[in-house]
Amino acid sequence: MRYDVVIIGAGMSGLAAGVRLAHFGKRVLIVEQHALWGGLNSFYKKGGHHFDVGLHAVTNWLAPGYRGSRIPMQRILRQLRISWEELGLEPQTRSSVWFDDARMVFTNDLAVLTQEVQRCFPDQVDGFVRLSERCAEYPEANHDTPPVSTRRVLTEYLSDSLLVDMLLCPLMFYGNAEEEDMDFEQFVILFNSIYREGFCRPRRGVRQVLDVLTDKYTELGGELRRRTPVERLVVKDGRVTEVVLGRGENVEADVVLSSAGLVETMAMRSDVDDDRFEPLAGKLAFTENIWLLDEDPKALGFEDCVTFFNRGPGFAWRSPEAPVDLSSGVICVPGNYAHAEPLDRHMVRATHLANHRVWFEWDEARYREEKGAYIQRSLATVAERGGDLSGHVTYTDGFTPRTVTQFTRHRNGAVYGSPHKVKSGCTEVENLYLCGTDQGFVGIVGAMLSGIAMANQHGLRG
Amino acid sequence: MSENEVRKLILDIIHDIAPDEDLSDVKSDVRLRDQLDLDSMDFLDIVMELRKRHQIEVPEEDYMELSTLDGCVAYLSPKFA
Ligand SMILES: Cc1cc2nc3c(=O)[nH]c(=O)nc-3n(C[C@H](O)[C@H](O)[C@H](O)COP(=O)(O)OP(=O)(O)OC[C@H]3O[C@@H](n4cnc5c(N)ncnc54)[C@H](O)[C@@H]3O)c2cc1C
Repeated sequence: MRYDVVIIGAGMSGLAAGVRLAHFGKRVLIVEQHALWGGLNSFYKKGGHHFDVGLHAVTNWLAPGYRGSRIPMQRILRQLRISWEELGLEPQTRSSVWFDDARMVFTNDLAVLTQEVQRCFPDQVDGFVRLSERCAEYPEANHDTPPVSTRRVLTEYLSDSLLVDMLLCPLMFYGNAEEEDMDFEQFVILFNSIYREGFCRPRRGVRQVLDVLTDKYTELGGELRRRTPVERLVVKDGRVTEVVLGRGENVEADVVLSSAGLVETMAMRSDVDDDRFEPLAGKLAFTENIWLLDEDPKALGFEDCVTFFNRGPGFAWRSPEAPVDLSSGVICVPGNYAHAEPLDRHMVRATHLANHRVWFEWDEARYREEKGAYIQRSLATVAERGGDLSGHVTYTDGFTPRTVTQFTRHRNGAVYGSPHKVKSGCTEVENLYLCGTDQGFVGIVGAMLSGIAMANQHGLRG
Repeated sequence: MSENEVRKLILDIIHDIAPDEDLSDVKSDVRLRDQLDLDSMDFLDIVMELRKRHQIEVPEEDYMELSTLDGCVAYLSPKFA
């Protein structure tokens, strides 16, 4: 079988690329190794309950009737021919960054955060305003710029290291694959996505976004095969000549677009067997815990949609030595979004940084035991940033870096992939391109933008 | 194809790309970009839709011809003939 484009992975980036290519008449096949689509933001059913893998917040809120310079969510809607109504996004009420010595609230109006900076760090507010202006005027992602240290750039604007850490914390958690620091271009993208445009959520969760994408894709004639891993990419004379699927079938394609990740994709190539790409694997992994409750979290003291917290001195953004780093994390209360109707159940979710090795090394029994213990500790930590939930929990689920790798094959369970991003999407193999996580755009919105951009540049040109 | 039909097919394309734009009062002699919220990527999509729907190729050096509705009609009508 021959296709114009074979896409590896039915995550947000692969699906968005698929829609775009199929819309313009390309013969497209998406192959997904898992039984379900969605990738890092998929969905599952457990104990009779439906869960989203992720989805604390869709970034880049677009208000209905928005007028102004082009912003990412508009770009997605237009490029994929999706109407604003179809996504059914509803805005956040408020979120906060909560460190021991300060707590700043932010909303989808940057003026609120500016006031909070003024309140908590009066001598820093001028710098903050200049910084946010720089982010607003920053030119659209230039594909060839070498990485620039955000921490260094920020010294031109802010002198208080607590404020720097507080501003960085949400941006790190929502999209930084690099330990300690981040590329300034990535900072600008995340600053605008999170602080300027803000958070929203589809009422039905990630299924709502995924349904729009998969329905469109199939209507346009795109083909999606699930439970079908790509085992090998046969490379001859610098081109992929055959895509070997797990079921012993081979397909051919003019272009192969992979969302599996840089290291993961390079490992599929038949023409290299060295491990020079291995050191590029990401190290930032997470645990995610989900509690269903018999009481509204708001009544228990949780007012934010999303709380980014840190305890103790300094904010550490690195793979922790302990299995889980409970000193920081993200707490999400989906029911606190400004949904037109209340959700049909009460839920709190919490994310922490996790060690990227140890979870893979334990045997099953030890793994279960540690996971259970850390879910309990996480619950105790969460209580400090809201209220005690323990008497109200009706169902608990949690996952670790090992779960992420099991279902998505991302190395080390590294949700944001390799710190080495390939912004052009190009590889050493002429017709093999990357999209999604390791092309450089992460998160639900970032992944879709990446799929669109790579489809345009490598699938539709010429 | 009549001038009005060409006009309509362009507006149909713009409507599909930017359904939130009000197209009821688009002036023929004013640049589309000056009256509608369209950027270069949207323009590229107009060209791609012309190819997809009507098999009309617009080379890059001719993009300028499509900047107003009048321009579109003048440039595209002969191609439909
Ligand atoms: C717990 C959690 C919470 C999150 N919360 C949010 C949030 O609130 N907001 C937000 O914006 N983002 C969130 N994210 C991040 C977001 O989900 C990802 O950045 C985004 O979904 C990445 O999409 P992608 O297409 O780049 O990659 P992926 O989703 O990883 O897609 C890659 C796909 O390729 C498949 N694949 C891999 N190898 C093969 C192979 N050999 N053959 C076939 N298929 C293969 C995988 O199974 C996967 O489906 C969260 C992620 C997690 C894990």
